Amino acid sequence: MDPAHIAERLKTKFGDAVTEVRLDVPDPHAMIAPAHVAEIGLYLRDDPDLDFKSLMCLSGVDYGDRLGVAYHLHSLTHRHRFCYKADLSREPGAARLPSVVGVWPAADWHEREAYDLVGIVFEGHPDLRRILLPDDWEGHPLRKDYQFPREWHGIPI
Amino acid sequence: MPTKTSNLTVVRDEGPKSLIENRFEESVIVTSADWIMNWSRLSSLWPMLFGLACCAIEMMATGAARYDLDRFGAGAFRASPRQSDLMIVAGTVTHKMGVRIKRLYEQMAEPKYVIAMGSCASGGGPYFKYGYHVVKGVDLVVPVDVYVPGCPPRPEQLIEGLLCLQQKIREKTIARKAS
Repeated sequence: MDPAHIAERLKTKFGDAVTEVRLDVPDPHAMIAPAHVAEIGLYLRDDPDLDFKSLMCLSGVDYGDRLGVAYHLHSLTHRHRFCYKADLSREPGAARLPSVVGVWPAADWHEREAYDLVGIVFEGHPDLRRILLPDDWEGHPLRKDYQFPREWHGIPI
Repeated sequence: MPTKTSNLTVVRDEGPKSLIENRFEESVIVTSADWIMNWSRLSSLWPMLFGLACCAIEMMATGAARYDLDRFGAGAFRASPRQSDLMIVAGTVTHKMGVRIKRLYEQMAEPKYVIAMGSCASGGGPYFKYGYHVVKGVDLVVPVDVYVPGCPPRPEQLIEGLLCLQQKIREKTIARKAS
């Protein structure tokens, strides 16, 4: 099944939760309202025609004017791929969306990384803490407005 | 590099006896305490077994058969800081690793030496400007004896660094320095 058909199925099933479908880009994808990423993920995983058992990658992105999360899926049985994305506000505390760890356990560390580096909070994540940086690090370094600290534990940066 | 030939002296029974000369059998050698201490230290530098990034691959190559760091007595990589004399910081030092490196350095027994291998360990390397996570030189964390430039340095360069360190040890003295 190609991305256009998959997006069409999502639209008929979820309606307004699919805000936009972009097919004329190198990586065709559907834009999803942030609140629905987990239930749409569950549908994509469990529908026998789609069968996206593999979450290849979950990425946190800072586009400058907004934040985003991209979910890249792969079906091992049907050998097709799909991508869906959710845009989030840059307002402090607004970058929150449901966790998909319950759908794909592979999302666990990916969501921790997105939280660590971009500062996106995944609600319902079983253990949302920093994965790469030290626990007491301040800020999220891959944000475009990140300010370098002067030092960390007495070591200049 | 200045080379100093062995000053081990084989005492032969020739000529008049002095305090030391001609007093012992042929199998007895005399040397200075400084020389024997330095010689034994520089001839068995045991590096600590750890690598942080791609430089560690070159360090492994240096320890392996083709370059054979054991020729210089420095091939016995020890898995414990308690048994190591030499810390080869091979790779990028992140802040998270920096505090651990400091602790490992403090756990090593004196005398201990540090080689900063590669651009990252020497001064941050390619991460100097935008690497929020990289310590800009391991000398901000532990004192460094020898810097080996390169990205990564070839095994010959690491061996050269080791020989520089050996020369540095050769010039040390156990006498207390005038302060």
